[in-house]
Amino acid sequence: MARMKFICDAERCIECNACVTACKNENEVPWGVNRRRVVTINDGLVGQEKSISVACMHCSDAPCMAVCPVDCFYRSEEGVVLHDKNICIGCGYCSYACPFGAPQFPSNGTFGLRGKMDKCTFCAGGPEENGSKAEFEKYGRNRLAEGKLPACAEMCSTKALLGGDGDVLADIFRDRVVHRGKGSEVWGWGTAYGKLPDPKAKPAPEKKS
Amino acid sequence: MMRALLIPALMFALFGCGEKSQSQADARDSGDQQAWQGANDPFVTKGWTAGNRTEWERQVRSRTQNQNEYIRINGS
Repeated sequence: MARMKFICDAERCIECNACVTACKNENEVPWGVNRRRVVTINDGLVGQEKSISVACMHCSDAPCMAVCPVDCFYRSEEGVVLHDKNICIGCGYCSYACPFGAPQFPSNGTFGLRGKMDKCTFCAGGPEENGSKAEFEKYGRNRLAEGKLPACAEMCSTKALLGGDGDVLADIFRDRVVHRGKGSEVWGWGTAYGKLPDPKAKPAPEKKS
Repeated sequence: MMRALLIPALMFALFGCGEKSQSQADARDSGDQQAWQGANDPFVTKGWTAGNRTEWERQVRSRTQNQNEYIRINGS
């Protein structure tokens, strides 16, 4: 069974925002809502500027699902985290819980009233009939049911943003790292949690003042 | 007697502290159609039959692999 995932290669992302535009266009996302955005750090610093495209990461242990008081989230067979707008009450808990800022709220109602949550669906629509008008209006296009992948990933010109079966994505990334001849050192336990303690290392002698 | 009352009371009090399993196997039946069942629109790609899960998985897998230009362009 495939488990759908996104990954963005910071070595390749050129901050063109084509993924953002593709998502907006494909799903006809309302004004003020950005299901995907490009984040840049060290902007303008030569050699240090890095960008990545961020949206819902369809977490395997999704905090939004855990905190939703009305249990509007569900997970598809492919591991995509989706939600039911008929159940959502727009409380915003998911927005506070999400580390990626994925949940978005349209605020074009009276007095900037917060509407129902909207987020990246991995172009997998929602609980309405696949490819129906109702599904499109509420959740956007269901490209997965059309045998396609998310528009953002398929549109990415440098293929920085990859989307699809997590196992295949891992293979693609491994290929890249091998071809680059570098990069493997920036992945793994040491990067995520700090280097493993060296059992031979001795503590530095304390300075006496 | 006290213990007999206390244990169910504690169990009831802690009931809300649990967290639902989020494993794929426990995916909630939301009534959502599966992706492999196809979409009711004219944009469905060719090369697979709606309703055939194996074909859909093959289609998506090959499409994912198409993002690997080391294979797609170089053929290496």
